[in-house]
Amino acid sequence: MVDKSKRRSAPTSLSLARLDKLVHGRVRLGILSALAANETLRFNDLKKLLKATDGNLSVHARKLEEAGYIRCRKFFDDRTPATEYRITSSGREAFRSYLDQMESLIRSHRRQRP
Amino acid sequence: MDMEHDRAAIAAGSEESAAVREAIGSLQYIRETIERTERFSAIPGWGGVAMGIIAIVAAVIAGNTSTPAAWLSAWLLAAGLAVLVGVVTMILKARRTGTPMLIGAGRKFAMGLLPTLFVASVLTLVLFRADLYHLLPGLWLLMFGLATVTAGMWSVPVVPIMGICYMVLGMAAFVVPASWGDAMMAIGFGGLNILFGVVIGRWYGG
Repeated sequence: MVDKSKRRSAPTSLSLARLDKLVHGRVRLGILSALAANETLRFNDLKKLLKATDGNLSVHARKLEEAGYIRCRKFFDDRTPATEYRITSSGREAFRSYLDQMESLIRSHRRQRP
Repeated sequence: MDMEHDRAAIAAGSEESAAVREAIGSLQYIRETIERTERFSAIPGWGGVAMGIIAIVAAVIAGNTSTPAAWLSAWLLAAGLAVLVGVVTMILKARRTGTPMLIGAGRKFAMGLLPTLFVASVLTLVLFRADLYHLLPGLWLLMFGLATVTAGMWSVPVVPIMGICYMVLGMAAFVVPASWGDAMMAIGFGGLNILFGVVIGRWYGG
């Protein structure tokens, strides 16, 4: 028999449905993590860091940019076009709240284990 | 009714376990991504072993030279060759492990290393021109140790430990007779590089 107290609390806090889906995607999570630890990163650096393809990275970076989570700056570095990304305050807030959710998910699971 | 309830609870439980597994996986991924930019892990272990062998060969050659200029040339040639081996193996390891060289920790590592090595080069010139070349082994070991400790703060923990060993050996080189200079360099740039090279190669990705 399953303990009724566990049955009641299980699905409420331990759900991925309430997560910010924009942050939860693997490449987007990687972009936000890297930018949370570095002031700015260039497109090519992020590509190497996340082992992503050009197309994949630019699609996900654009989604984060449209959500206002990161800011993009295009410029010329010695006549070569370069793109630089920076996390915004709302992006940092979304990342922090995602981390909090993940932590509370794990913590509440540990509390419920016999 | 009770059975249905139990089945639903089991299903909820397995969904919950999957969610927790996913959460742990996400946190792990975040940690690894941040570590790749905050910790420079492309220090070449096996490249370090090769650099150590170069230093031991250089110590033998330098020990058999007859003039201070020839002695200095032997060591400078060895240093140039060792730097070349170090840089090439570092680039290869960085490519293999996906470690960025010029962002985050890679840049900090370089900035920790270069100023001290620049000062060591200037002091080498000054001491050699003042005929104090017998002080060079101690200076080189001490300064290389200092550079490794400073830069190593942005790398795996074994790197600053290696730097401390170099510094201790450098201080010892000032105390022992000057004729032991080449032997101290062989122990430091040879022995320590080989020892820590094997540790890094074996436990820190090659």
